[in-house]
Amino acid sequence: MLKNFFPNKILSFGDKFFFNLVILLASIILIGLISALFISPPDYVQGDSVRIMYVHVPSSILALTCFGFIGIASICTLIFKIKILPLVAKSLAPVGFLFCLISIVTGSLWGKPTWGIWWAWDARLTSMIILLFFYLAYMSIWRFVNNFERANIISSVIGIIGTINLPVIKYSVDWWNTLHQPSSIKLTSAPTIHYTMLIPLIIMFVGMIIYALIIFLMKYKSEIIKFKLDRKKNEN
Amino acid sequence: MLSKKVRSKIVILTFLLISLIIVVFFVLKSLEENVLYFLSPTEIYNKENISFNEKIRVGGLVKNGSVTHNQTSVNFIVTDLNNEIIVSYSGFLPNLFSEGKGVIVEGKLKDKKYFIADKILAKHDENYMPPEVKEGLEKVKN
Repeated sequence: MLKNFFPNKILSFGDKFFFNLVILLASIILIGLISALFISPPDYVQGDSVRIMYVHVPSSILALTCFGFIGIASICTLIFKIKILPLVAKSLAPVGFLFCLISIVTGSLWGKPTWGIWWAWDARLTSMIILLFFYLAYMSIWRFVNNFERANIISSVIGIIGTINLPVIKYSVDWWNTLHQPSSIKLTSAPTIHYTMLIPLIIMFVGMIIYALIIFLMKYKSEIIKFKLDRKKNEN
Repeated sequence: MLSKKVRSKIVILTFLLISLIIVVFFVLKSLEENVLYFLSPTEIYNKENISFNEKIRVGGLVKNGSVTHNQTSVNFIVTDLNNEIIVSYSGFLPNLFSEGKGVIVEGKLKDKKYFIADKILAKHDENYMPPEVKEGLEKVKN
């Protein structure tokens, strides 16, 4: 599977491949949205405003996961100096940033009818804003620093420092008193979310993963092409 | 197996990462008071240097049967099942405010037993289920 990351294999992912992925994405999202918005029941406390969860929760998880991958790629770049790793991380950043933004906005829209406020500086929300800034910083370095090697090193450092924020985000609701409630889906215990809501949530999560994959692959392909062109230019 | 250069880079990065984690840990520990979004009634009870002029937040459950309305304000008790605080509030209650459910009150302490709130936030827990399932669970409990 890792072989697919090698430049020549990526370039072979053509229009037909992406078209098929988009069809898959549209089907899953359609099923997910119908289950989430119509078939799934309202919550016994929140009523229908719980349906924002089906977008908010997957985007939050993806925002964290993408930065986690960026962190791993950053560490490996600094240690092993594999040329494609910064390109992988660079291609993950925009979609991770988008999901972070969606998480914050949908969270705010969810907070007003449930908690009573659009925003609170509690640990979970504040650390998500910090993640947003880490994404912005990471992307800005690649955008504004012209030397590839220097941009690589600086952005990798940002990626590694930002990774420390990830467990803070995840465990903030356990470590401190926060407005945001604790996790409903844990690795060590049964989910506290009823299966009629858990299933649409999983469908939406899978759909959003596929979306992230499509955007990542498109960006990654263009980064590989750019990289090869720059290298050819430098050789001449 | 790994070249000396790679090995030394791993050592340096691990060392830097661990020191970074320690720094973040101590920063968060020292900022603890500001990171906490609210204090529970027990924490208020145990706190020595509590100020009665600062705006603080208290969080817990609304004690069943404690909500009373009068002309100017609504009064209720916030409990964490160990200690309680009586809260007085004049204003609109959020939709999700109800007895037995979580709440965060923002305002000032009159003393360790009384709290004057100027803002009420409803807090919900991590349980999600349809109303029918909830009713079924209630029936089993009774």
